[in-house]
Amino acid sequence: MRLLKAPDMRPVFNSEGLGDLMNAFLLQYLPVIIFIGVATVLGLGFMIGALVIAPKAPDTEKLSAYECGFNAFDSARQKFDVRFYLVSILFIIFDLEASFLFPWAVSLFDMPNGGMHVAFWSMVTFLVELGLGYIYVWKKGALEWE
Amino acid sequence: MTVIAIAFYLLALVTLASGLMVITAKNPVHSVLYLILAFFSSAGLFILLGAEFLAMLLVVVYVGAVAVLFLFVVMMLDVDFVKLRQGFANYLPIGLVVGLVLMGELVAISIAVATKGAAAGNQPLVATAAEPNIKMIGHALYSTYIYLFEAAGFVLLVAMVGAIVLTLRTRPNVKRQDIFSQVTRRRKDAVEIVPVKTGEGISE
Amino acid sequence: MDFNLALHLGLPETILAVSSLLILVFGAFRGDKGMISVSALCGVALIAAAFAAAFGHQGAAFGGSFIVDGVALFAKVAIYIAAVFIIVLGQGYFDRVGAGRFELPILILLAALGMSLMVSAGDLISLYVGLELQSLALYVLAAFRRDDAKSSEAGLKYFVLGALSSGLLLYGASLVYGFAGSMNFHDIAQSATTNLNVGLIFGLVFVICGLAFKVSAAPFHMWTPDVYEGAPTPIVAFFAGAPKFAAMVLFARVLQTGFAAQADQWRQVVLVLAVLSFVIGALGGLMQKDIKRLLAYSSIANMGYALLAIAAGAVGIPALLIFFVLYMVDTLGLFTVQMALSRKGEPVTRIDSLAGLSKTNMPMTIVLTILCLSVLGMPPFSGFWAKYFVFGAAITSGLWQFAAAGLVASVVAAFYYLRILKLMWFDVPAGDMDKSPLETRWIAYAAAAFSFPVVIVFLVYVYPLAQSAAQGFGS
Repeated sequence: MRLLKAPDMRPVFNSEGLGDLMNAFLLQYLPVIIFIGVATVLGLGFMIGALVIAPKAPDTEKLSAYECGFNAFDSARQKFDVRFYLVSILFIIFDLEASFLFPWAVSLFDMPNGGMHVAFWSMVTFLVELGLGYIYVWKKGALEWE
Repeated sequence: MTVIAIAFYLLALVTLASGLMVITAKNPVHSVLYLILAFFSSAGLFILLGAEFLAMLLVVVYVGAVAVLFLFVVMMLDVDFVKLRQGFANYLPIGLVVGLVLMGELVAISIAVATKGAAAGNQPLVATAAEPNIKMIGHALYSTYIYLFEAAGFVLLVAMVGAIVLTLRTRPNVKRQDIFSQVTRRRKDAVEIVPVKTGEGISE
Repeated sequence: MDFNLALHLGLPETILAVSSLLILVFGAFRGDKGMISVSALCGVALIAAAFAAAFGHQGAAFGGSFIVDGVALFAKVAIYIAAVFIIVLGQGYFDRVGAGRFELPILILLAALGMSLMVSAGDLISLYVGLELQSLALYVLAAFRRDDAKSSEAGLKYFVLGALSSGLLLYGASLVYGFAGSMNFHDIAQSATTNLNVGLIFGLVFVICGLAFKVSAAPFHMWTPDVYEGAPTPIVAFFAGAPKFAAMVLFARVLQTGFAAQADQWRQVVLVLAVLSFVIGALGGLMQKDIKRLLAYSSIANMGYALLAIAAGAVGIPALLIFFVLYMVDTLGLFTVQMALSRKGEPVTRIDSLAGLSKTNMPMTIVLTILCLSVLGMPPFSGFWAKYFVFGAAITSGLWQFAAAGLVASVVAAFYYLRILKLMWFDVPAGDMDKSPLETRWIAYAAAAFSFPVVIVFLVYVYPLAQSAAQGFGS
């Protein structure tokens, strides 16, 4: 592990030695930046283009909400079954569980001080904890739709 | 250098502005969308710090799951938002005072950092190509902090049990999917061919 | 890292963790019909863990983030035993109201696991993880009667304010970490002595605020009466005892290990919290009409006394341990009496409804009399001894003014207990009481018997234990 000592506690991009390293590191993100730039230009370009070029002749009928020829009856907000939330809460939990797997998978084979076995079994225990939880969720029928 | 500085100020500005919009937007759905923008730009800030994994986690967990849950709640809940806002003016002074106090504390802390510096033991770990941020986290999490890692598993388990205890109801008389019986159903279980004579119809 | 050692030290937690997982799967297959067997299994697991803790070794594991010392073991035994009683009460109560589900004892088990992580926390992350494990389970327990509007409201209020306090605590913890450069309490202490920073003090204050929320010390007590009123009674009996014990031990550990050298700074804050708590507890209780709200204010006042013990420093630790055990028995008894009393199937919730209890239910009247005398601090009942040790410790460390203030507050608080006594013995009954359920009767009798005379025997044996447990705490 490489420890780099900052000369003082000012933000990282001000200190000289770190700056070069950071530059090299951030350069890897250049394609992403270019992509975002192109996407922004294109998206805005089309919107502004439409705004400038397209003919506009608004009237009230055109602007009103259209619902099978009727006026809208009431607000689109309705009470939904709590089951939707349950599914998405369970999704968040297993999402978090999965996010623990990424660093484990990357670092497992070069753990410092030969800690590979510890790391491996710690993840197995973690998965067992949540795996038994998953059995519980399944058996309770929380994932079933009715 | 300046490029990074520009990127930092741009992202910080977007984060602050979208944070402000979250609480001032009239439409709660817009609030959630601004929240997502705030998450994205903070992910950018994390990348500027060299913490790529945390940035991705912010996008995957917060944008991918938490913000979606928020959207669910605000779009699908029958809440009268006009009514909710009515107390806003009354609570504004108190809210402002609390906010100002917190702000003052933050300023005091920032001054303390600027003049005396934080503790000596605080050296930033910088990710390199050979030792990226995700690996560093892995090395620490699965060796020094395994106890906390397992305990975090139990926190997730409690959340799972709690969500089910509080929301799951099994309704009687509801047809559920039963894949096995649906797939193993054969023609003879469902259809019967009855030869019908003309003019007699079928009894039963 | 030596895993045998870690497993040895964490044996109670391992028992709880493994059994909670297995029982959860067992319960999922048995369904809610199997609640009684799930309760029994959870009880057995807790008792096994209590034995493991009682004969446990001391030491530290996982780089100092898991500390097992005398205080931690003492607190763990008390917490596990309290949880067993709550499971017994909860089983009966939820069976009667028809809201029993097998997750109840498992959540209590998991909450107990969280509390034991709290009392063993040796750094800021384990503090937070333990606290969160405990609180999450408690939020769910508060709202466990989900078809009952009051219970849901209690759960929601508890959750929102609990989340706020967790936020405060995390903010403080991040400041402390940033300025001390370490999360370990010992390293924080070192850094605080060599280089005390304004940021560190800010962080400490935020951590104290967060913990004060959890123990419901004034001025962070607003949630307590509402949550106590709405949540199911056995769960409230749990809230009032074990989690506060765990949070108080954690409080003492953060202050006396992490900030031992800054005692002068945090003592002021803790003393302000203590005085406010017993004043607000005493005055707020005077206006209450609901039994559970009254008990909520009583618990706020008692947290004031416990904070006084923490402010007293090292001499206060044995007093804190003894105080909490005696307080937990008293509160358990009081809530059990509330559960035992009902009129035509409706639980008795208003204080007025206790009128003339001596004519309709003599045994419960005697139990309630003993418990009331105990909590108001009448010698020779247990409540007297609890306050005796705390005030003794406070006076030893020169805080006699605050001990005097506490004494005055407890005299004011005595008024509302005396009113209950007057109502029960001298007023006209409003109607016949139902027969008390079996388990509530026996637990109430046991609590009353503990208040006096068992407490004398208990103190003879346990006070030296508490003293030796507190030896070396914080160093």
